[in-house]
Amino acid sequence: MPSARPEEFHDEELLADVICRLIGDARHIAVGAASPIPATAALLARERANLRNTAKPYVSLLGSRAHSFFTDGSRELFDCAGQGRVDVFFLSGGQIDGEGNINLVSVGDYEKPKARFPGSFGSAYLYYVVPRVILFRSEHSRRTLVPKVDFISAPGGSPDNVVRPGGPIALVTNRCLFDFDRAQRRFRLASVHPGHSIEEVVENTGFAFDRLPQVPVTRAPSADTLRLMRNVVAPLLAEVYPEFARRVFGVAVPLSQAHA
Amino acid sequence: MTSIVRNVDEALAPITDGCLLAVPRETSGVAMAATRALIRRGVKRLHLVALPTSTLQADLLIGAGALETLETSAVSLGEFGPAPRFTAAILAGAIRMRDATCPALHAQFQASEKGVPFMPLRGLIGSDLMAHRPDWKIIDNPFGNHDPVALLPALKPDVALFHAPLGDRDGNVYIGTQRELVTMAHAAARTIVTVEEIHETDLLRDPLFAAGTLPGFYVDAVAIERRGAWPLPLPDRYGIDAAHMSEYGQLAATPEGFTQYLERYVYAKRAA
Repeated sequence: MPSARPEEFHDEELLADVICRLIGDARHIAVGAASPIPATAALLARERANLRNTAKPYVSLLGSRAHSFFTDGSRELFDCAGQGRVDVFFLSGGQIDGEGNINLVSVGDYEKPKARFPGSFGSAYLYYVVPRVILFRSEHSRRTLVPKVDFISAPGGSPDNVVRPGGPIALVTNRCLFDFDRAQRRFRLASVHPGHSIEEVVENTGFAFDRLPQVPVTRAPSADTLRLMRNVVAPLLAEVYPEFARRVFGVAVPLSQAHA
Repeated sequence: MTSIVRNVDEALAPITDGCLLAVPRETSGVAMAATRALIRRGVKRLHLVALPTSTLQADLLIGAGALETLETSAVSLGEFGPAPRFTAAILAGAIRMRDATCPALHAQFQASEKGVPFMPLRGLIGSDLMAHRPDWKIIDNPFGNHDPVALLPALKPDVALFHAPLGDRDGNVYIGTQRELVTMAHAAARTIVTVEEIHETDLLRDPLFAAGTLPGFYVDAVAIERRGAWPLPLPDRYGIDAAHMSEYGQLAATPEGFTQYLERYVYAKRAA
């Protein structure tokens, strides 16, 4: 089989690789609803550990039968997180602001919204209790990265007397990677993805952020990583994200999924 | 003892107009055939609680004008896009929305299950959800030192409705690992279940089944509906019908298309 040339990859593959590196060492990585790129990253982290013969993280994909060990129904994810047994989780937002507040509810006045998103899911709990929450939003624009969210589904930080072991560590977009400084409640531009520029990031970001004196280019996924993602991870994704697996990786939807 | 197995319309009789109806998330066993039967019957003013989220079921009931209030953490069609009738109804102010977060709903059902008035939950403080939910309160933890914590009231549905793989003649229902269905039944005044098939021996007598079985004690009616979750999945039995979900997403994008969908897939059965 010809090896994939490093310069040929989808945005989704780059973002999954970035997220996989952010995951780092973890015993339990949980992935929520509508999160195909984080799901790719979580499974990639597990398969990398598998190859290295190091301790494999547990991966829980919401809605998966194959990639979930839960036997106590849909509440177990939240109970598990409350016990401190989820190390990494992923959240997005219709709007995300510079203090790390996320909005999964609506734009404009809540009572008379101009736009409505699906809803807060488990964010108003998991953002507080999971130590490392990675924010992801593939559309990096002034529409999504705003000065102040219209509705706080979950805040980026809390007063000192609120018990909060968890919160954001980073924000990954289609243009760049931001770190999050919890004490300052501010993002810092950590790297810009290949083919994008700092000017473009500034232009398309609605909030103020810090930056390193020299902002590096995000490392592209290696040929080995791409192979692992495409050959091993992609077929596993099809159970929960058949459309994503088909669109990004060309995985045919298994018959059992295609027919009711 | 007479069997509690009924035909679906008879089984659904307790779901009356204005009823507080609890239903599960997409991957836990949604009673879609029963939902279509409710729409055919013309049920109105439901207060639907989806534990903790919903997809096609809530969207269909909203589009059909069956809901007055929706209480859940999120509604979308997942990979098949936003839930069009939900979005339109919220923008038009056509339904009352009680926005929640998943573990809060689980906690509220668990409070009811235990017969206690409320459950505490971490998180929530500083979320605008609190500002729009006057029934959720913050107290200072009486066992702590200046430690604010949210309290959520018990939620007691009139009826819980879901779909499961197996039921027996005594109304015992095999739910496998979908344990929140047990909590829903414990919390609700009545529980109605549609099943793929009837298991001819007592599920509680077999220890392998018993651990994943909701006892008939909590079940008011069972109705047989083969492929009763279609087009949604049933764990370990069948997957989602992706082609149908795409078709729904496209049709439901407009009121006219949604009407066509109802004619084709919901009302057609009445005419047949």
